[in-house]
Formats: sequence, structure tokens, C-alpha cells
Amino acid sequence: MILLRWLAGFGRFWYDFIIGDDWTIAATVATALVATWLLHRAGHDAWWLLPLAVVIEVGLSLRSD
Amino acid sequence: MVLIIVGVGSVRGWRSTWLGAGAGLAVLAVLVAVFGTALQAVPIDTLRLVIGSLLLVFGLQWLRKGIRRVAANGFRGMGDWSASAEGVPATGVDWTAFTLAFKGVLLEGLEVAFIVVSFGLTAEALPSAVLGAAAAFLVIGLAGVATHGIVQRIPRSALQLLVGTLLSAFGTFWAVEGLDVAWPGDELAILALVGWYGLAAAGYTVLLRRRAHPLLAQASEG
Repeated sequence: MILLRWLAGFGRFWYDFIIGDDWTIAATVATALVATWLLHRAGHDAWWLLPLAVVIEVGLSLRSD
Repeated sequence: MVLIIVGVGSVRGWRSTWLGAGAGLAVLAVLVAVFGTALQAVPIDTLRLVIGSLLLVFGLQWLRKGIRRVAANGFRGMGDWSASAEGVPATGVDWTAFTLAFKGVLLEGLEVAFIVVSFGLTAEALPSAVLGAAAAFLVIGLAGVATHGIVQRIPRSALQLLVGTLLSAFGTFWAVEGLDVAWPGDELAILALVGWYGLAAAGYTVLLRRRAHPLLAQASEG
């Protein structure tokens, strides 16, 4: 019982830490990282993609509040 | 590392932040003691990717909250913040502060340890490299203690915006570096990222203020 409660609390902590109150931010970061990796593997300079995607996503997230 | 600790400690409280930083240092010390010069075998790129991504997603949550608060209350914001409203527990460990400080110290510390081991072995002067790193650590720690008083005077809403910007910048840098993608200007790119996220935050704050107070915006334009 104690273990289950601890596991639930542990899961809730990581959910709050990563997802927070807007799941689209974590999803955008994950997608942008995968896209960066794919572009890099294809031989392109891709350092700019994550900061650009993140700023656009924060704007969209603020707009939908 | 110091920026993250001072920022997180000021926003979330010092006890759990110091606990996290201490735990990070302890794990780092164990890693150095166990691996020694074989430390270079630790998969630093994977660590950068995982820790960077986590700092980024959390930093963006603070950036977003900070933008909303500064847009609503301006830079005064001292009275509109309470620890309980922010989810900081009144007793026990604040795991958010602990985790942020732990990750920051562990990753940055590991990077320093790698540099010390690499330079020390290359120059065949490991004791001097360790001594140099210890001196640098002391100086940076003292600088953190010296700036702590200044940071405490920054309004909470602005501080959350500032720490969100820093966490996002460091997180972006580490996550992309973890994918083995090179940044132009190497570590100077962190400064450019802080500027980029800072500009975006300023722009969004102005837009939100205009949306919330259209008459105020018209008056300031007129």
C-alpha cells in the first residue's frame, strides 16, 4: 500500500514536471528534438530548429490560455 | 550551475535547492571516485539530451507563467506570489527544487570532471588540473553567494521569468548538444539563447498586456 502510494506520488511528480498544465509544450519539444536529429543525420545544420519551435509554441500556448 | 541554483533557490526556497545541489555533488564525487580517469566512459551525450530536455520543458512552464504574471502585474509582483500557490510544500522536501538543482549540478559537474580528466591526462598533470578546477569551483561558488542578495531583491514574477529564460536556454543548449549537433560559437550560443528567449518573452509580455488593456495600449501609442 505504501509502495503504491509512493509510486503514484512519483508518477504525479514527473507528470507535473514534464507535462505541467499544457501538454503541447512537452510534445513540441519532443517533436522538435526528433526533427533536429533527423535533419542532422541527413547532413543539415539543425541547431536553429528547437529554439524556433519552442518560441512559436510558447506564443500559441499563451494565446490559447 | 550557480545561476540555476541561485534562481531556483530564490523562487522555490533554499532548503530543498541546497539538498538537491548537495545530492548532485555527492553523486558526482562517487562517480569520480569509482570511475577515476575512466570517467570518459560515462555517456555524456545521452545525459545532456535527457537532462537538457527535462530542464527545457520545465523552464518553458516557468517562462510561460512568468510572462503571464509580468503581463498582468508588471514588474512589481512582490505581493502576488505565495509559496503555497506555487505548489511549494510547507514542510518536507520540495522535489521540484531538488530535481532542478540536482540535475544542474550533476551535468555541469560531470562536464567539468571530463575537462579536468582530459586536460590532466593530456598534459600529464592531473593534480594541477584538479587543483585548478577546485579553485574555479570556489570562485564561482563565492560569486553565487555574493549575487544571492541582489537576486533576492528582484520581484518574484520577474525572477520566475528570468529563471525560466535561463533554464530554457541551458536546456535547449544541452538537449541539442546531446544529439551531437554543434552550436555556432560553441558555449557562447548559451548567451544568444538567453537573448533569444528574453526577446521572445518581452514581445509576448507586450502582446498580452495589449490584449488585456487595449485602451492602455492605444494611449501609449497615441
